[in-house]
Amino acid sequence: MTASTDPVLPPLASQPSAFTTLRRVIFDRPATIFALAIVVLFILVAALAPLIAPYDPLAQSILDVNKPPSAAHPVGTDQFGRDVLSRLIYGSRNSLIFGFVSPVLAAIFGTTLGVVAGYFGGIVDRIISRIIDLLLAFPELLLAILIAAVLGGGFWNVVAVLTVAFTPGFARVARASTLAVKQEPYIEAAVAVGLRTPMIILRHVVPNIAAPIVVLTTLWIASAIRLEASLSFLGIGTQPPNPSWGNIIRDGLNNLFGSPWPIIGAGALITLVVLAFNLLGDAVRDALDPEASK
Amino acid sequence: MTRYIVVRLLDAIPTILLVLTLVFVAMRILPGDPAVAALGDFATPEQREAFREQMGLNAPLWQQYLSFIGSSLTLDFGQSMINGRDVLGLIAYNLPYTIELTIAAVLLGVLMGVPFGVWAATNANRAPDSAMRGFSLIGYAVPDFYLGALLLIVFSLNLGWFPINGGGEGFLDRMHHVFLPALTLAFIKAAFLGRLTRTALLEVLGRDYIRTARAKGAREPRVIYRHGLRNALLPLTTGLGLTTLTALSGSVAIELVFNRPGLGKLLISAIAERDYAVIQGGIVVFALFVVAINLAMDLVYVLVDPRIRVS
Repeated sequence: MTASTDPVLPPLASQPSAFTTLRRVIFDRPATIFALAIVVLFILVAALAPLIAPYDPLAQSILDVNKPPSAAHPVGTDQFGRDVLSRLIYGSRNSLIFGFVSPVLAAIFGTTLGVVAGYFGGIVDRIISRIIDLLLAFPELLLAILIAAVLGGGFWNVVAVLTVAFTPGFARVARASTLAVKQEPYIEAAVAVGLRTPMIILRHVVPNIAAPIVVLTTLWIASAIRLEASLSFLGIGTQPPNPSWGNIIRDGLNNLFGSPWPIIGAGALITLVVLAFNLLGDAVRDALDPEASK
Repeated sequence: MTRYIVVRLLDAIPTILLVLTLVFVAMRILPGDPAVAALGDFATPEQREAFREQMGLNAPLWQQYLSFIGSSLTLDFGQSMINGRDVLGLIAYNLPYTIELTIAAVLLGVLMGVPFGVWAATNANRAPDSAMRGFSLIGYAVPDFYLGALLLIVFSLNLGWFPINGGGEGFLDRMHHVFLPALTLAFIKAAFLGRLTRTALLEVLGRDYIRTARAKGAREPRVIYRHGLRNALLPLTTGLGLTTLTALSGSVAIELVFNRPGLGKLLISAIAERDYAVIQGGIVVFALFVVAINLAMDLVYVLVDPRIRVS
């Protein structure tokens, strides 16, 4: 708090202890330790899916249809006799990939748009800002559904949909931060010594608006995981037979009278993982961007 | 005040045009031929040509654009390609169910969330406050369609208290059908609204005029509701707008879970059936709704914040 109100030094440079703060924020709160454990476990499971899944997630077995949980199938089987646990384990890969790829891509596109709008101002800023404001009026889920309605499902389309849905949020934050940074004396100094504009943006603007962007990226991992699940549930995300936590619930709903276990298992996992990333995102925010956490 | 309202209303016009333009651009930059996307790979060249002709895809782009804007503003979306029914008729049939669900969800959400938030704020850092924090953590994490499926399994399938599908006929039956879906969304909205109420009220309760009110001997409920909550209404209004918007977007998945008619169900089935005309109509109506809700919230601000009326 005291460091970031320093009038001369840029916020991030005056906090060489950002990492230390992060470590303190994480290990001071039991909830964050729990969240970190869940996240690490989730990443391990996703990475090692082929090694730990007891069955092939696509292997059907007519003899084992709609089995309740048992020693052989801890979460039971679905209407095709596929092992639900194995499908959940493989489904985590989907969530992991979408959870990280789309916020990062959106951060790149959104920051570029926001910095350009904020730094150059004028008509460019007006056009970009107007479109950003308009897109921000839409809830991310609805925006994603409307874009997916046009694009359809499939891996790259879902990446594109989520990226477009998240980009306006990053653009707004990047634009606002750029406007603030632009007033700083070190930008004036950089202009005065004749540094070229791209250099000023890359070397002086971007590093100084990095903290809120990083915070936003971590906060949106949870949203991306939930959105991918929602889209797959609606049938416009990951397409069957590839398992995704969302389309496992979709399949389960069509088989309500058969077995509720796929729904219960997949939903519990989404909730747990989203909860963990939310807690972790809050911790990162408290560490890197103390003013936003109020 | 009149000036503010007129400015807001006029401002909606370019917004609507921009929304329609974005929809048009998105539908036209569709990777590949819309005729192939709509009819599938096995359609004959003649069928594709007929489709292009029917959808006006052979005209120059600027003509397509103008006729798209014109037909969107007059709500003329053509015919469904699956069953030949009027798209506007399909939307008009489904829309009331979505509006009913959204309003019921927001009302239930406010009824659950605001008192919970007040309870947490007046007991800050004690048990009710922790309960609020736990409730909001779960509410932010649990997907609405999962919660809906759980409620459906327990209350409709196992206990048989509520219908499994459909929208119902007649007022009471419709309320019976809308209750569980609305409760699902309301639970999640209440987590958000409760947390918002708590934060907003805590900030207000620290102000001088609250101390003055207490010093004058005003009873505690009067202090909380007349002096406290009244002044926390502005952030709550913003929250209410967001809640309405997210309830609208959440209704899509909820309509699917409870298999009830609605705009979202219509759009999702249209996507599955590649019913191009219905998809286009559905997207436009959803987008117009978002603009309308935002506009309505801007106007509610006038009622809530007297300062806007003066300026």
